[in-house]
Amino acid sequence: MATTIHEPPRIEERSDQHGPASGSGNGGWRNLVPADGNLRHVQEYAPPPSSTGMWVVLAAISMTFAALTSALIVRKGGALDWRHFTLPSILYLNTIVLLASSVTLEIGRRKVAAYMGSLRGSASEAARWLYVTFALGLLFVGGQYLAWRQLNAQGLYLATNPSSSFFYVFTAAHALHVLGGLGGLARLIRKLDRRTLRRSTLDATSRYWHFMDVLWIYLLLLLWVQL
Amino acid sequence: MHDTSAHAAAHHGPPTSFLSKHVFSLDHKVIGKQYYGLALIAVIVGMVLSWLMRIHLGWTDAKIPGLHLLSANGAPGDVMTPEFYLQLMTMHATIMVFFVLTTAPFAAFGNYFLPIQVGAEDMPFPHFNMMSFWVTFVGFLFLVASFFVGDGPTLGGWTQYAPLSAVGAVGGPGEGMGVVLWAISIAIFCVGQLLGSLNFITTTLDMRTKGMSLWRMPMTVWAWFITSVMGLTAFAVLMPACILLILDHVAGTSFFVPSNLVINDQLQPHSGGSTLLWQHLFWFFGHPEVYIAIVPGMGIVSHVLIPNMRRPMLSHRVLIYSMGALAILSYVVYGHHMFVSGMNPVSSLVFSFPTLIITIPSTIIVLIWLGSLYGAKLQINSASLFALGFVSMFISGGVSGFFLAQPSLDIMLHATYFVVGHFHMVMGVAAMFGIFAGTYFWFPKMYGRMMNETLGKAHFWLSFVGAYCIFMPFHYLGLAGNVRRYQAFVADYMQPFIPVHKFITIAALVTGAAQLLFLYNLVHSRFWGEPAPDNPWKATSLEWSTPTTPPPFDNFGGKLPEVFHDPYQYGIEGSTGDYVMQTSPEKINTVHDEA
Repeated sequence: MATTIHEPPRIEERSDQHGPASGSGNGGWRNLVPADGNLRHVQEYAPPPSSTGMWVVLAAISMTFAALTSALIVRKGGALDWRHFTLPSILYLNTIVLLASSVTLEIGRRKVAAYMGSLRGSASEAARWLYVTFALGLLFVGGQYLAWRQLNAQGLYLATNPSSSFFYVFTAAHALHVLGGLGGLARLIRKLDRRTLRRSTLDATSRYWHFMDVLWIYLLLLLWVQL
Repeated sequence: MHDTSAHAAAHHGPPTSFLSKHVFSLDHKVIGKQYYGLALIAVIVGMVLSWLMRIHLGWTDAKIPGLHLLSANGAPGDVMTPEFYLQLMTMHATIMVFFVLTTAPFAAFGNYFLPIQVGAEDMPFPHFNMMSFWVTFVGFLFLVASFFVGDGPTLGGWTQYAPLSAVGAVGGPGEGMGVVLWAISIAIFCVGQLLGSLNFITTTLDMRTKGMSLWRMPMTVWAWFITSVMGLTAFAVLMPACILLILDHVAGTSFFVPSNLVINDQLQPHSGGSTLLWQHLFWFFGHPEVYIAIVPGMGIVSHVLIPNMRRPMLSHRVLIYSMGALAILSYVVYGHHMFVSGMNPVSSLVFSFPTLIITIPSTIIVLIWLGSLYGAKLQINSASLFALGFVSMFISGGVSGFFLAQPSLDIMLHATYFVVGHFHMVMGVAAMFGIFAGTYFWFPKMYGRMMNETLGKAHFWLSFVGAYCIFMPFHYLGLAGNVRRYQAFVADYMQPFIPVHKFITIAALVTGAAQLLFLYNLVHSRFWGEPAPDNPWKATSLEWSTPTTPPPFDNFGGKLPEVFHDPYQYGIEGSTGDYVMQTSPEKINTVHDEA
């Protein structure tokens, strides 16, 4: 087994077989065909779809939460029944856990990247950081569950008040997305284990995870201000 | 490091079993055909529902044999109850808008032809693509299931205005379980379309073959790309709205139900909800949705007209810019659906201006079509006829939009048949004609056989005249004050309208029956049609340069094409005739080749 993780080799073979005409495509915003029409000036480079795809996914998620945010503002604006409550304090601890997970993921990502570029390090050391990230992610979701339990103990349920309704909707929607991220991390670890990981998958997954972080900070501020 | 993951699509090999080839297929072409099949089933269901409604509107007390089988409560003694009329109306609209007008021109043709037209082997995320179809299919099952659950489907209209949609079973038949199933169905549908949009956008940006610059993409690719950007943002808003609606039903929250609401003498256990909130969320999706339905049709019509005119459009770029302008403006005009909601008149004006402005790109598109058609020796075939029909319907239906864009007029016309006529022509029939044009044009590539031209032309003329007979009188009825969404016209002043409604009903039945020609043509040609050549229309874009017809599973037989010209090189002297294929490396002397 080679120490570096290669892209699946047969693709390289394909372009060799068929000459430049069957090349890997010139797609992407960054390399349009030059105005003089000389195709040899085209760089054989395309941004990987997983990168573009992840931006697309994040745009859709942003729209969803933007819609929910505007719903909150409209609903609160016209409401006489809005009851303020204090956010469960465990949320702040959860925030630290989630931020820490981002840090560990970034360390892990760099170690995997360095390993993939066969600079230094070992796969198992890199994987360890990913495991830590995974555990912290689980801890965060568990912490969110505890936050809901705390609210329940105060008699605040989903239907108690619009403020609590929005709290549960936002945190549940975010927790579901974090669970999705955990699925992505598990996939990352498995692929690293099998030496089938691509650099673009690694980058896209960590971008998603960091985005969950940013989204949570935003939500926490929103809920803190509004609730 | 050179990243070749752009070829992720090629990772799945050719399918080996029946299941992986025809059912859970990863091949974008099979998925496209599956979407088309779903749209075909949905459009038949939707059309039958409209027939039932039309018969009821013409002959209110008429017995419709067998109707009690559909709903024992809704049609006791085979006579439709008022509530059942509204249930049918809701289902007709929901099925048509979501499962026909969104799936066929966008998901079906887009899936099949977008990767081929940009020279890709497949979409980058084929598993998501497969999920996209099957999720949509499950959504359809949920919707249809509501016919057979409890007291039937929801009667709240496809817009599901709150609070009626959010109060539960007390609101009437279907307002309990029916709404929940509706909302689940639509939320699932949103997931499917988001997955589809993800693939469309990444394919367009990252999977283009060598030489396929953005401006060398055919009009259809641009239309699908613009549509998927709209879909991504619109469906991502509708989905949480549906979830909030479901929560109001099953969890007792009060997002949309106001305080002190009394329905059927029962005080509702909700407080403080905002009924307008639903309208804002819904129409923020809803207006882009009508462009999601029509913009792919614009792309298809342009793509079909050009090879039949044997010359390109007056301006490739302006047409694309205009479609983009439609997409952007579609987000800021949604309030014109809410002029009668009691919103601040200033807000009405704010929404009225962009609504009038959006007619500018629409008009530019129409003028480019007309200007390009002027003096062209158009080849008349089923595809080009339906493309012309699209242009005609879009103009006729669009003109009434100028009136409706103005709040002062809209307040008079909003709840009348004028609006019914407007949106059926500009969005419903026009988009359907786009689907027909695409079908007649691409069928030879999809199935390797030609469709019958005589039947196709008969289908066009019957549909074209029929559609005008159905939807033009709606405008007159509306101007005369005929309110919409009523199941019967009992008021004195509406009595004179009833003969018109009878005429419309007969026209609808005849036009509907004419679609049997299309269905027959489709099925017959699929199996017994004349074998199609690789490029029957002498067209230039990449779908006509596949090594076989229909294309092999990886589209180009393992050798990606290289593109040298813009997609519409017609009316020039090429080695093959008056056109030069995008893949042809020959040098040409022309003013309009896109770099």
